[in-house]
Amino acid sequence: MNPAMIPEGAHPLAATVARLVWLLPLLPLLGFLINGTLAMLGVAKIGPADPSANGGHGHGEVPGHADEHAHDDHGHPPRHKFAKIVSLVGPGVLVAAFALAVAIFAAMRGVEMEHPYLLTLFSWMPVGDLKLDATILLDPLSMTMVMVVTGVGMLIHVFSVGYMQDDPGYPRYFAYLNLFVFFMLLLVLGGSYPLLFVGWEGVGLCSYLLIGFWFSEKANADAGKKAFIMNRIGDFGFLVAMLLMFANFGTLDILGVAEQAAELPMGGVIATTIALFLFLGCTGKSAQIPLYTWLPDAMAGPTPVSALIHAATMVTAGVYLVARASGIFSMAPVAQLTVALVGAATAFFAATIGLKQWDIKKVLAYSTVSQLGYMFVAVGVGAYVAGIFHLVTHAFFKALLFLGSGSVIYVLHAAYHKTHNHDDAQDMRNMGGLRQYMPITFSLMWIATLAIAGIPLFSGFFSKDEILTSVFARISHSTLADASLLGMPGGTVLMIVYGLAVASALMTAIYMARMMLYTFHGPNRTGEGERPHLKEAPWVMTGPLVVLGALTAFGGWLNVPALLGAIGPVGGLEHFLEPVVGEAALRTTLGVAPHLPHSTELMLVGAAIFIAVAGIAFAVWRLKPAALVPRKDAPESTGIDRVLENKYFVDEGYAAAFVNPTVNASRTVLWKGFDAGIIDGLFVNGSALLARAFGWMGSQLQTGQVGTYAWVLLIGVITLLGAFTFR
Amino acid sequence: MTAFLSSINYNAWIVPALLLLPVFGAVGLWAHALLTAKAPADRRWREVRILAFAFFLAEALLSLGLWWSIDPAAAGWQAAVDLPWIPQWGVRFSVGLDGIAMMLVLLTTLMMPLAVLGSWTSIRTKPHAYYVMLLFLTVGMLGVFVALDLVLFYVMWEIMLVPMYLIIGVWGGERRLYAAIKFFIYTMIGSLLMLVAILYLGSEASRVAGAPNFSYDFILSNVRLDPTTTLWLFGAFALAFAVKVPMFPFHTWLPDAHVEAPTAGSVILAAIMLKMGTFGFIRFALPLFPSAAMNPAVRSLIIALAVIGIVYGALVAMVQPDFKKLVAYSSVSHLGFVMLGIFSLTVESMQGALMVNINHGVSTGALFLLVGMLYERRHTRMIEDYGGIAKVVPIFATILTIVSLSSIGVPGTNGFIGEFLVLVGSYKTQPVATVISATAVIFAAAYLLWSLQRIIYNKLSKPENATIRDLNWREIGLLVPLLIAIVWMGVYPKPVLEKTEAAARRLVTYVEASANRVPVSASNTAR
Repeated sequence: MNPAMIPEGAHPLAATVARLVWLLPLLPLLGFLINGTLAMLGVAKIGPADPSANGGHGHGEVPGHADEHAHDDHGHPPRHKFAKIVSLVGPGVLVAAFALAVAIFAAMRGVEMEHPYLLTLFSWMPVGDLKLDATILLDPLSMTMVMVVTGVGMLIHVFSVGYMQDDPGYPRYFAYLNLFVFFMLLLVLGGSYPLLFVGWEGVGLCSYLLIGFWFSEKANADAGKKAFIMNRIGDFGFLVAMLLMFANFGTLDILGVAEQAAELPMGGVIATTIALFLFLGCTGKSAQIPLYTWLPDAMAGPTPVSALIHAATMVTAGVYLVARASGIFSMAPVAQLTVALVGAATAFFAATIGLKQWDIKKVLAYSTVSQLGYMFVAVGVGAYVAGIFHLVTHAFFKALLFLGSGSVIYVLHAAYHKTHNHDDAQDMRNMGGLRQYMPITFSLMWIATLAIAGIPLFSGFFSKDEILTSVFARISHSTLADASLLGMPGGTVLMIVYGLAVASALMTAIYMARMMLYTFHGPNRTGEGERPHLKEAPWVMTGPLVVLGALTAFGGWLNVPALLGAIGPVGGLEHFLEPVVGEAALRTTLGVAPHLPHSTELMLVGAAIFIAVAGIAFAVWRLKPAALVPRKDAPESTGIDRVLENKYFVDEGYAAAFVNPTVNASRTVLWKGFDAGIIDGLFVNGSALLARAFGWMGSQLQTGQVGTYAWVLLIGVITLLGAFTFR
Repeated sequence: MTAFLSSINYNAWIVPALLLLPVFGAVGLWAHALLTAKAPADRRWREVRILAFAFFLAEALLSLGLWWSIDPAAAGWQAAVDLPWIPQWGVRFSVGLDGIAMMLVLLTTLMMPLAVLGSWTSIRTKPHAYYVMLLFLTVGMLGVFVALDLVLFYVMWEIMLVPMYLIIGVWGGERRLYAAIKFFIYTMIGSLLMLVAILYLGSEASRVAGAPNFSYDFILSNVRLDPTTTLWLFGAFALAFAVKVPMFPFHTWLPDAHVEAPTAGSVILAAIMLKMGTFGFIRFALPLFPSAAMNPAVRSLIIALAVIGIVYGALVAMVQPDFKKLVAYSSVSHLGFVMLGIFSLTVESMQGALMVNINHGVSTGALFLLVGMLYERRHTRMIEDYGGIAKVVPIFATILTIVSLSSIGVPGTNGFIGEFLVLVGSYKTQPVATVISATAVIFAAAYLLWSLQRIIYNKLSKPENATIRDLNWREIGLLVPLLIAIVWMGVYPKPVLEKTEAAARRLVTYVEASANRVPVSASNTAR
């Protein structure tokens, strides 16, 4: 079986609508070009022909030029002059892309998808032995991702029409958002690692641009830059992994690499190194320890961006990458254990921070980091379907949570705006009791909360339970159990992973219930003047929430476990993804599907349900929303609360350990010391000085005094004579 | 196109024509200066810049035919012309192109009109002399890329120095004299040794041939040297080129020259003149002395210096308060990649090096143009004097962002293709050096994004920045070709790669084979 050998036209999909798959990324790219042009047209003022003539001294009076597009907190800016067409094009290209994706999906269901469908667009980098083409790879895994990206992306685009309506940068926002979808689709459809990498870095770029969307605040610009650089550290790993692949396999095509990886010895150095470097890339993109710190800061961007990029799609790219490279990972148990352990540790660590955050978006951000950790636990232990399943359900419920919080922030912001109050619209201490003002958002967010906490029959329950069961099943009888990590037997590592995952589940239930209690329950703390302005957000925003609510509630149906076969088709996603990841998954479980006795499985499920319920109950029992005071009256926290609120001071630690020393050493040692001091000062100018010194000495000899010349002549003669005499 | 070009016998006259046209241009400008001697200075300035631009544009259009007329796969020199010049010494006017030289010739002819447009309003003193200098500079630069006679090459190499020295020294910034002299002496010391080496090669050649001979091809195939001499001669050539590249630690002339030079000077320095160094290694130092270049000690030393340059340049760039200096140090880092690619000696790395060469010309050239535009408005290059100007000059900010991303090497831009190919190719022979170099992807993002933030993002805190005017049509028009090149070579680099593939492959095979045939020390090093 050699999938790369199937000629393009011979694939059953070639005769269907799937041959239009290249349109998928092209549509949002078109949207970017149109919206980008409109954005430029909206702000551009061509300068004078002679730039130095008018503003020559920089003090010329050009009234009102700078303020025109400044964000005015108090006025009511008119909608952007291109708002109508942007509102049409921005979400429109996503609707079209989603429709096409659905059609391709339907076509894919109609054929036997044993081999992936490859569509070569053009020859990209033909150099030496490297024959890189721009090739699209369409298989069930990329199809799943395409559905999530275009579907959830479409909903978030629609929501943005309402959320961003008054922003002066409206077209620029949609241009960036469209560009993001383009790169994301490139990432999931790329048929070679370099092409995937183009999407990988491209989404990072859009993330940078969107986090810093309101760039006039230094904090926002800082956050964007931080995200990009942290991601680049990860990308370094991805890059090195590609170097290793090419050096060892002579190809960078995804299928070619998978084929060659299967020939490697199990647990060999090559597979392990490649897998670990790839995973370094994942820790950057998907915000895992040690590179997770950018994601909470990324909340500086508009909230729909947080929903789309920093929850539903981009940050899950790392999980996708591990599943995509399952052929390599499954040959490297040590790397797999590392992935699982890092994932579990991140899940646990981020959850503890989430317990004490006051900013509603920060709670969700740490929750995202934690849930991504869960996904890595799944793909780490070789349960690729479980990981992708959780990726999908998480996209539903976390997008819902973010957009819901976006509605809340939008409403609070509008209320503060009307009363000219400058309080924080994201701090939960300024919320409370919102359920009576925003009942739809309130109920939908509770659905999402129950889903993420793992309450039965909501989508998150199924995916999370599958992850926990998968870990447990691999504690014995798997390549992982036979391997060891840092001297610890694989089984023990997996037990630790399982323990951390269960503990995180408990904390997840607690912090999510806390967020809901503080936001929607108890008395309202927003303020007397603002209260009359609190109401549900417009339908263009609430509508997408309702759709996501339905997906959150019923998304578990995608992959129903055998245990609950009564409620729907068993293992839908499992069967769908089997041609892509089935072989690698079986490799980890030594050729047989992992199977737990019914009683064990029931016990595990029971425990998981108990933990979810206990967490929520604990939160309801212990937390008293009524006792909270608005943020401006709140006292400084102390002790462990302070440590958690400040995220264990990791950012400060990184700054002190890496950033500042590098910058300082570069400045004082390399630049001022070595470059200016030694090379220039000592050698370059030094030799010039030496030449001048000799010149000066020479000039001193030429005094014009005949007497001096005579003396020098005499000394010279004596010296010479002496030298000859005593030779 | 090809049929049309051969019908006018394009290849037979194009190279001499490209070398002569700027000379005619200089004469034309001189005539204009004489004829309008009594006219008001403002009118003379307005006329001469148009005249100069017309010559550069004609040169660019004329050269475009090379894209079709040169057969990159052909084994011999293309568009070759060989005429006697100084018969007594065996020096010939011998010129010709291969794919590599053709790309650099095109880079030169296409960048020059943009550089002229970039100094459209900023150069007002002695405009005639200024444009004449640019024209002579063009002759020298093109001559270096096309010369197939070692003496001709050396003459062209030195011809470049004088106009650039004057451009920096006369039209430069405050410390222009220091910078100009430093530039001149640094480069001069390097090239004097090369002259000695060229004379030695010539005398060896005349011993073999029985008559004086400096022909590149003849020396390449007939002169055989003993290992020690080879090492010395390689060293002489390598030093001249290393200063020009510039390789760490011979780079300190560059920041000063860049900072003090007027915009067009910086653009030409970065986009074209730095390429002379790497081109010299590719055309002369490697093929003429393969055993020395591939000597394990020599090769390790050069690779080490390249890697140091990559990381060191990036780190030092990060802490520069002056944006022009920052770009200058970033050049040290980028050119380190070229050297790594060349000395790793695989087809992929060589192709990557050639690609970085072109990319650096386009992206860094564009960066210097942008800095110049900003300087013309605010008269400061200090990063801290700006901040938040994206709201005031959105077109400028957008273009600066795109160019910076290409310099960072973000996929989808040209920068990525070059760096990626260098890394992929170099890993095969130099794994450790390559992995260290790959960290530059982090530092490059750090220094460029940090400065980008401090210039165009953050709060608009300085009132004098609120009145900066955005780019005008001329400035947009001259940047658009560069933006197109950035995206085109990032998305579809194949046409460019195809032009140099055969030449790169020939070079790699030749050097590998020759280095093995004449082993200098214990073992061969190609693998």
